[in-house]
Amino acid sequence: MPKKVVTVNRFKCAYCGACVSVCKFNANELIETFLQIYEDRCTGCGICVKVCPMGALEVVECTT
Amino acid sequence: MYDVVVVGAGPGGSIAAKTCAENGLKVLLVEKRQEIGVPVRCAEGISRNALERFVEPKKFFISREVVGAKIFAPDGTEITLSEERAGNEVGYVLERKVFDRYLAKLASKAGAEVLVKTTAYDFERKDGIVRVKLRRMGEEWEVETKVVIGADGVESRVAKFFGIDTTLKPDGIESCVQYLMTNIDFDPDYCYFWVGKSIAPGGYIWLFPKRIGANVGIGVMPSIAEKTPKEYLDDFVQKKFPEGRIVELVAGAVPVCGEIKTAVADNVMLVGDAARHADPITGGGIANAMKAGYYAGKVAVEAVKKNDFSAKFLKRYDKLWKDDFGKELAKKRKLQQKLIKMDDETLNKIAHSIPKNIKELSVRAIVLEIFKKYPKLLWDVKDLIF
Repeated sequence: MPKKVVTVNRFKCAYCGACVSVCKFNANELIETFLQIYEDRCTGCGICVKVCPMGALEVVECTT
Repeated sequence: MYDVVVVGAGPGGSIAAKTCAENGLKVLLVEKRQEIGVPVRCAEGISRNALERFVEPKKFFISREVVGAKIFAPDGTEITLSEERAGNEVGYVLERKVFDRYLAKLASKAGAEVLVKTTAYDFERKDGIVRVKLRRMGEEWEVETKVVIGADGVESRVAKFFGIDTTLKPDGIESCVQYLMTNIDFDPDYCYFWVGKSIAPGGYIWLFPKRIGANVGIGVMPSIAEKTPKEYLDDFVQKKFPEGRIVELVAGAVPVCGEIKTAVADNVMLVGDAARHADPITGGGIANAMKAGYYAGKVAVEAVKKNDFSAKFLKRYDKLWKDDFGKELAKKRKLQQKLIKMDDETLNKIAHSIPKNIKELSVRAIVLEIFKKYPKLLWDVKDLIF
């Protein structure tokens, strides 16, 4: 089964950090106003998708 | 070597840095954003008392003063909370962009160094001190410090680095969106709140008047929300303010999980949203962040004097914030769990039967009125009220 990860729609992201506060895998970081997702650590659990105020996050199948 | 490195220049971080510097410590305040106070992630309301405990109010950072609040049940029934004496403003709506810079100025005036567009991206504890790795515009370097104060907000990295588990769950966070709106009608002397599961599940919609327009925002609890807060807010705004225009968009997350077990580790103290210090019912965070910043600063001063930076020593910071407002956070979390379960019908029924005018602006005052009419609803949390 292909690995699942979260992707960010940068046109929707309002860089608030909600997703970072709920990730126990340290799979994301808000660098100034840039949301970085670390795919190697992301489990695709989707908890960040649930808390994103803007609906900017989505779980997808990993392409790499 | 620094005595203290403060990560994050919001109200908590700046008050911490100010407190340390005033007491003669060598302090560095770092902010990852290139502008302190921007982007705003806040509805900007604070009670008069809470503000004045730490800062003399200045016209230039106060956007509006309000005398009370209007709360609307799902069916539109209005309850007004205001202080008895007219002209006695009880709340401020701040201009955070200015307020945060003013506090950073106070910290720097007291002697703290300030760096913006600078990320503290890594930490290493060694021989009882901490090496902080800093990055600014591609340049990387290291500083040493005895104490790190993590005031780095809801997304705190300091907490994670030092193993203080503050990870939030979807029932311990409010997911928020806010518009600064113009072309809308409201009474600028009041803050407005709309409650109800259909409007804002697990949270509420607010309107806070500003000098130009008003902050109209929403917080929802993701564990029970069926849409994003933006979708709920758009529905509301379309119905309520069809002619309104949005001149600013703010997104944010508020920790509403209540009191955490500890906000310290060896060499480290967390303050404000990083320590989940926001009020679980109102979502207000500025007041507690400033108190926590003050306490953390005080304890840092003692720690430097005693040359003891162990978690054991820093626990006295835990005691200070817990005695001041931590226990209150725990109580309010319990009450929050009760309130978010009430359906719209119950809220309407309550609104119809309690007084339409309450002479005190506080959560406690309104909860007390509910308890008088419907003791059963809140019976098992009654000790929280009295």
